[in-house]
Order: sequence, then structure tokens, then C-alpha cells
Amino acid sequence: MSIADTFGKAEAEGRAVLVGCMPAGFPSVDESIASMVAMAESGCDVIEVELPYSDPVMDGPVIQKASDIALAGGVRTRDTLRIIEAVANAGATVVLMTYWNPVERYGVDAFARDLAAAGATGMITPDLIPDEAGEWIAAADRYAIDRTFLVSPSSTDERLAMTVAQCRGFVYATALMGVTGARTAVSSQAPELVARIRAVDPEMPVGVGLGVGTGAQAAEVAAFADGVIVGSALIRCVLDAPDRGTGLDRLRALSAELAEGVRVSKTS
Amino acid sequence: MSAPALPDLAGHFGRYGGRFVPEALVRALDELDAAYRAAKVDPVFQERFTGLLRDYAGTPSLLYRAERFSAAIGAEVLLKREDLNHTGAHKVRNVLGQALLAKQMGKPRVIAETGAGQHGVASATAAALLDLECVVYMGETDTERQALNVARMRMLGATVVPVTNGSRTLKDALNEALRDWVSSVDTTHYLLGTAAGPHPFPEIVRDFVGGIGIEARAQCLDKLGRLPDAVAACVGGGSNAIGIFHAFVPDEDVRLYGFEAGGDGVQTGRHAASITGGSAGVLHGARTYVLQDEDGQTVESHSISAGLDYPGVGPEHAWLHDTGRARYEPVTDAEAMAAFQLLCRTEGIIPAIESAHALAGAQRIVPALTEELGRTPTIVINLSGRGDKDVHTAGAYFGILDEVETIVPGENS
Repeated sequence: MSIADTFGKAEAEGRAVLVGCMPAGFPSVDESIASMVAMAESGCDVIEVELPYSDPVMDGPVIQKASDIALAGGVRTRDTLRIIEAVANAGATVVLMTYWNPVERYGVDAFARDLAAAGATGMITPDLIPDEAGEWIAAADRYAIDRTFLVSPSSTDERLAMTVAQCRGFVYATALMGVTGARTAVSSQAPELVARIRAVDPEMPVGVGLGVGTGAQAAEVAAFADGVIVGSALIRCVLDAPDRGTGLDRLRALSAELAEGVRVSKTS
Repeated sequence: MSAPALPDLAGHFGRYGGRFVPEALVRALDELDAAYRAAKVDPVFQERFTGLLRDYAGTPSLLYRAERFSAAIGAEVLLKREDLNHTGAHKVRNVLGQALLAKQMGKPRVIAETGAGQHGVASATAAALLDLECVVYMGETDTERQALNVARMRMLGATVVPVTNGSRTLKDALNEALRDWVSSVDTTHYLLGTAAGPHPFPEIVRDFVGGIGIEARAQCLDKLGRLPDAVAACVGGGSNAIGIFHAFVPDEDVRLYGFEAGGDGVQTGRHAASITGGSAGVLHGARTYVLQDEDGQTVESHSISAGLDYPGVGPEHAWLHDTGRARYEPVTDAEAMAAFQLLCRTEGIIPAIESAHALAGAQRIVPALTEELGRTPTIVINLSGRGDKDVHTAGAYFGILDEVETIVPGENS
């Protein structure tokens, strides 16, 4: 399903989209596929596959650790594409989250081509701003990949408008000034940021990420956003589990809890 | 000749530089850019900066004719004595400039990354002087290797945070500083330690350390009545090199040489020579030359010199390399240490191991340069730092630490 259809369907159902993130190859290629399929089966509408990178400056300790484990296990860019293909073939809507250098190294056009062929519908770029993205924007258009840039509470109105205008599919609103990782409370800056995005473009779906880790928090965010993005809390299910079966059980349970959260009726 | 007009307004040196950062940092970078442009033309700021450089840091640094070293390598060598600056390296110029900018922007806190600890010590120094809170990120491996510098930073009132992720060295300290900055931009200035990172850092750092080249150029004209044939500097991130190169870039007859850390030799893969042994990519906010694998994952660097042990390089060097204006060559650990010893023995100057790479590189280019010119070449070498911090490393390298230890009273009883 395309990103637009996924958000359209959720809107019709009066709920938000649940986006669940997992690094490719963590803790191994096959196990990461199993994790992602379990997440999709248990209520994640979109699987955000993160390409493990040696220097993930937007990521907090949990994703860093998972990425390190994946890289230490020898995961390659082509493995990430293979994982995307497997998860998309299992019926999930898949987007990729990747830092820019691995894409540039692969070749921007070739990467867009192979990403589309693997079945990903979109790509999130945490360290690529539209100002530097000319080549990526052209390639994403060429292969019909939705491109998601980040906006932040610190973005000026001018940058917010410019960035949203370059997004396709959805825009990623970072709920707070910080890196990825679950927090005890949802950022108070998030509703205001979403409102500012709506003022610029009422049609563009807004996904909110950073700091969401429980069903209650998902419900809180779903009340004002179109999508709820959860990473570290899901990854921790696998990271902290004593064995693989327990990890998958916890992953299914948390996905279901979050899916229930995004279905708590909207207040707005 | 027209002055170099780079970077452009978006921070590009040709295809290099720019901003590859999370959107959350863009506003802070824009504010920094605006504050810097204002400071550039603000006579009060400039007087404060030049006043501190003169009265506190001890610049202009001397340009010293090193006669015995010259005789040993067959060239006329002039050493730009940045090692005599307060805190012992060129870095004090950059930290004073940036700390003043932080004050100007009303930010009470500065953060810095450090490898060997030199930039951390310099940052802690400037923060103490200008009454700023200072947090220094340092790879855990480096805090263990450089315990004395950790103590120095703490004496100066800074908080040192050991970084325990990734390879636990400089690159990871830089990642952690960026993560702190994403969370704290409202109150915090990131005092970046080299002429790298996202725009406007490469330009700001270059300009703050650019006095090295401006002084050296004037000192050459004063002492020799002409410009040198070549200028040589070591290149890690590249701040001391860009600092001495920049004023000479329009002087096309002056050859510019950057010497990278060749470690065990570029062919072994154990090195930190990003330009001569790496490829174009994006790291820490800019497009430049980086050490990376086939997938664009950063590869760990290796050098005997902690200050050069970094898998990237400032984007202006990438551009100077591609345009051919400057030449970059690797210098191995062994070559650098031989030059280190030569300077100690001929001039009574213990150089930083970083700077020893420039000494060794200069030594290497003498025969070809002599042949090309048909006379003895005149070479300005940036002696970017002093070697006190390297005594342990050098002592171990030359195998002279045991002798020292055995004469400690009580040790042999």
C-alpha cells in the first residue's frame, strides 16, 4: 500500500497511522525480518527500516547500540535492500530511514532504483535537508519514492514551508529538540509544531516521532497527529530480551498496545 | 589577483562542504552564521579578538629561521612557532574567537569534542577566561590514553564526558557533541575544534586561525624580502593547515603542501590520510574526503598522532586538492618520528607529533624542489604545536621510558 493510501485508510477509520522502526540486520538479517513481520502483523501500519550507519548523530543510545550490533554482524547495504524486499513481500508498507552517506556511496540514482524495486514506498533522511537534496529529489521523483524530510520545533516558518513543500507521502515532525529514544512524557512542543505544519499545508500527513514508547503516549500523539512513529521502545523489546522468542513476544505485545493507542478516538 | 570567494553563501567549496545535518540544527547554524558576519565587521569584536590574541595568547607567533634543521635537510626552513602560543598550539586562536562569538550570541554554555585533549584543554581555557560553562566530549579510549589532559580540563573547570559508544575515539566524541547540541542549541554553542563540520564552521575556524598565514606572509616579506617557495603543514581535520595556507592561496608561486597521517602506510589500510587514502563522501555535516568502506560506513583511522587520528578532513582541503592548488601527501608514523627526533636534536625544540608530520613532509620534498628551482628552496613549516603532551608516546616509541623509570628513587630498591 502506498503511504498516501495508508494515511487515507487510517483517516477514514478515524485513527492515526502507526509507524514502527527497526534497524536492518539487528541482531541478524533473518531475525530483523522476523521482527518486522511480527510488528506488521501486530498492528504497525508502516515498517520503517533503518539502514545501520556507523555515525548516527540523530539517534540515541538504543538505536546506536542496535545499529552497532547489526554492523558488527556484517550487514551490508544490499542486505538492507533484501530485508525491505522480504518485509514488503510479506504485505507490509515499508519506508527506509537512512543517513545520507550510504546512499551517496551506492550512487543516488541506483539506490533510488533498487529501493523502489525492493518495494519500499518512501525514504526518510535524518541528515539530508532539502537544501542539499537536489540529486535525491530528482531521483525520488524518477522512481516514485515518497521522500520524507524532518522538521523540528526550531525550524523557522520559512524553513517549515520549504521543507513541507519538498515532502511527499508524509512529513516527519521531531517532537522535541533531541535525539531518538523513549521519554517518560510526550513533548509539549509537538502539538504546536504539528499545528504550524497544518497552517502551511493542511493536506500533508504529519508523523510525529522522538520519545513515544507506550500505548498511552501513542494515544496522546494520535490525538493531534496523523502518524505516530515509534523506534527505540520497540527495539528495546529485542535488545533487552533474554531470548529470541521472548523478544518477538514483547515486540508483538508492544505493537498491539501501540496500535490500540492510535485507535483511541481523536479529540480534534 | 582576486581574493578567494569561497565558500559560497551555502557553505560550498565546489562540490564540498555544505550542511548535512538534522533540521534541528539548521537554525543554530544560521544564527551562528549571522553572528559571525556581524562580528566580522564589528570593530569592538575585532579589537577584543585581536587584543586577546596579542595579550593573552601571545601572537603574532615568531617566524624562526631554523638553521641547524635547515642544514640537516638541505633547505632554508622557517618555522612558524605556533607551539609558543598559550596552551601550546594554534588552537587557542580558534577557541578564543568562538568563545567570544558564544558570548556575543548570549550562549552561556559551550561544548567541544576532543581527541588527544588539546582542543578540549583549549576550549576549557577559553571558557574559564570568558566565564562560560564547558562540557568536553572525549572518547573513553582517549580519556584513558590522555589522563593528564583530562586532569587539565577539570582543573580549568570543565566537565569531561567519556564517550563509550562506537570506537570510543574522536569521531564518536564528535557524534556525541552533535547529539548534545541537537538537544541544547538554545543555550549552547558548539565549539568545533577544526575547520570541518557543517557550514559555517569551516569558514569561521579558517578565519579565526587565518592569522597564522597572514602573519607568516608578512614576516617572510619582512625577513626575506620575498615570499617562500613552499608552505608545509600537517593535516588531520586541517585547521592549522588552512590557517597557514589561506593567506598564500592567491600567491600562485608559493607551493602549498599538506601532509596527512600515513600511519603504518596508506597501503596497509592503517592510516588517517583521508585525501590520499580516502574518497569523497559525507561525514559530520559536510561533503569532503572520508575514510569509508564500500557501503559508506566510516572506517576507523590510525595514527601515532592523536591530533591527526580522524577519518575526515575539512572541506576546503578537499577543494584545494581537487583544484590542484595544494598538494597532499601521506607521512608515515616512522617518517614523522624521525623528523620529530631530528628537530629535537638540531633545534632544541620538541614538536607536537602532529607538526612532526609537516617537518617530515618538508624534508621529503626538498630534493625535487631544489631541482625544480635550481637553488636551495625556502620552506615555511607550520610548527602547529609543542610536544610536551607527546612525551609519553614519543618516549615509548623511542624506547627511552624504561631508562627514565629506573632512575626514579626507590624504584630499584
